[in-house]
Amino acid sequence: MSDIAIRVENLSKEYRIGGKQAVNRTFRETLLDSFSSPIRWMRGERKPIETFWALNDISFEIKQGEAVGIIGRNGAGKSTLLKVLSRITKPTKGRVDLYGRVASLLEVGTGFHSELSGRDNIYLNGAILGMSRREIGGKFDEIVDFSGVEKFLDTPVKHYSSGMYVRLAFAVAAHLEPEILVVDEVLAVGDAEFQKKCLGKMGDVAKQGRTVLFVSHNMNAIEQLCKSCIHINHGRLINFSSDIHSVIVDYLFGDPSEKSSTIWINSENSYISKIFKPISLALTDESGNLLPSTIPNNSDFYVAIEGELAFKDPAFTVGYAIYSEDGALLYWTYNIDTTEDLWPLLNEGKFKIRSKIPHRFLNEGVHKIEMIASLHFREWLLEPGHNNPSVLLTIHGGLSDSPLWFIRRPGLLAPVLKWENW
Amino acid sequence: MTNKNVITTYSAGEPLITIKPQQGWAALELGDLWRYRELLFLLTWRDIKVRYAQTVLGASWAVLQPLLTMAIFSVIFGQLAKLPSDGIPYPIFTFTALLPWQLFAFSLTNSSQSLVGSQNLVSKVYFPRLIIPIASVLPGLVDFAISFLVLTGMLVYYQIPLTTRILSLPLFLLLAVMSALAVGLWLSALNVKYRDIRYVVPFMTLFWQYATPVAYSASLIPEKWRLLYGLNPMTGVVEGFRWALLGSGKVDGLVWISIVIIAFLFISGLTYFKRTEATFADVI
Repeated sequence: MSDIAIRVENLSKEYRIGGKQAVNRTFRETLLDSFSSPIRWMRGERKPIETFWALNDISFEIKQGEAVGIIGRNGAGKSTLLKVLSRITKPTKGRVDLYGRVASLLEVGTGFHSELSGRDNIYLNGAILGMSRREIGGKFDEIVDFSGVEKFLDTPVKHYSSGMYVRLAFAVAAHLEPEILVVDEVLAVGDAEFQKKCLGKMGDVAKQGRTVLFVSHNMNAIEQLCKSCIHINHGRLINFSSDIHSVIVDYLFGDPSEKSSTIWINSENSYISKIFKPISLALTDESGNLLPSTIPNNSDFYVAIEGELAFKDPAFTVGYAIYSEDGALLYWTYNIDTTEDLWPLLNEGKFKIRSKIPHRFLNEGVHKIEMIASLHFREWLLEPGHNNPSVLLTIHGGLSDSPLWFIRRPGLLAPVLKWENW
Repeated sequence: MTNKNVITTYSAGEPLITIKPQQGWAALELGDLWRYRELLFLLTWRDIKVRYAQTVLGASWAVLQPLLTMAIFSVIFGQLAKLPSDGIPYPIFTFTALLPWQLFAFSLTNSSQSLVGSQNLVSKVYFPRLIIPIASVLPGLVDFAISFLVLTGMLVYYQIPLTTRILSLPLFLLLAVMSALAVGLWLSALNVKYRDIRYVVPFMTLFWQYATPVAYSASLIPEKWRLLYGLNPMTGVVEGFRWALLGSGKVDGLVWISIVIIAFLFISGLTYFKRTEATFADVI
């Protein structure tokens, strides 16, 4: 293979449990231990050393010029993987071959010294990240330009605002030119404007044919930036595919059967109760066409529910709950939320109802929509969060018509609300 | 785009870097150290630049510290205790010894704290870890150079003639730096695991100072104990300084013992450092 950039083979890393306390010991404890452990050993008492595998038999190959996202829950082993790849810590087993210089950005501003001026810190930080003085000198103006702190170049950075600090730090890092760039979640800093700038810069890096490894919890950033995606869980490689969306969905919602589908059909005749049998749950447009897995935010869509009632019961309610990509419940809604005269009719037999979700109401990201049903104030038939029938929808783009609002804002919702003189 | 964005492709043959578990003895990786020499200089320069930041007296501290110590020693040991000083005026007798001693003590203290003090670097970036203790030893040389100017003035004032012996001074200076680095390698690596070191170092340097002929003359030590006395590597260094600058004392087997001890400490320190280096990021 001629175009490999990173080859990881059976990589494992073992840590002692309680790492810090266990190792940060004092002489006294070590001395006491060295006396008492032979005695314990003779008595047959052995203190088992508890360990865990932060990385467990991971293998993958990354081609040159590929931008690869790494996702996984906290503690899944992402950071350990980056630390091994950037040679900060050694693996316990396995090997890694790197075909090129590696620069790692595990935090912005590593080695910044608060007493030094912005100018001095550019040189210092650059050297720490592996740039030569000549390289930094050649890019100095570009770096200053990118950071936008030229007025304060000779001020000690301790007087900087946190925004300025981060901008300067990222500016240095952004001008690294290694063959392989390893980045951990640095985009989680700075305001939205600056984040966009950073994403753009990272995109450029990838376009120049450099290999980028990028850990983030920001699924949008991963989707924008990367060509493929690695999902790690409990130190193991779960998924590595160029179908980023499905890797993300798999990571977010776990169950591979619901992969990026905007329709759920009760093909196994499950979820049946004495009164209610769900038939389908679908996301459609106005005229009933099934939605693609990703839609822009500028069109209304419908949550359509089909079901069958064994008998009519006025207490029967059905609706949906909607969750954001990090699992937060946005709201739930039922057929009985309005005044009685507006309720849809639900008689014995099959029914088809739907409810509109207005455009520009939800935010960008992956959403999970879950069918819920109950006999009101009596019992749950499909209790929210209990692995009910569900579908997924990604909203991307189309946030607003404003010339000034074009990237995702934080928050669960992103309604476009009107302002007026008053 | 200009050709600065051209990317080197290494993949034709061997990987540029291979990462494997560490087994047994680690290689010294001097080439790596050389590649990162600019970082070494920048870190040294940072320490120098930052050291006297926000102080009123700034770099004059580098002069004041040995001068004040000399004054105290002169009063207590020279005037009150009347310790013999080999026929040399006591102030310059002790000042000549204070220069290498303070370089040693300062560098030692600095380097023993260096790894723990650079926690954020060690856990976030790769570079040869040896750079950290080395960079923490070097700033002491700046203070040394400043105090050396003061010493030159004193030599003129006391009309002490210079001889060709002064040419050996760089050797003794090197020995002082090497012994600080040798002990610093041990302590900085130990400090990563055992934070007791922080409390040990002040006592150690205090004790060590009295075991070194700084305030008194090595000629006070009975001849039969001299070789044993030489086991303290700083004895040889301080004696060497007095010999080279003041013409007092003697450079004999004692200095050779010091050199052997320093070499032993240095090699063992380096070995211990390289052996534990792989776990620094996990433990620190």
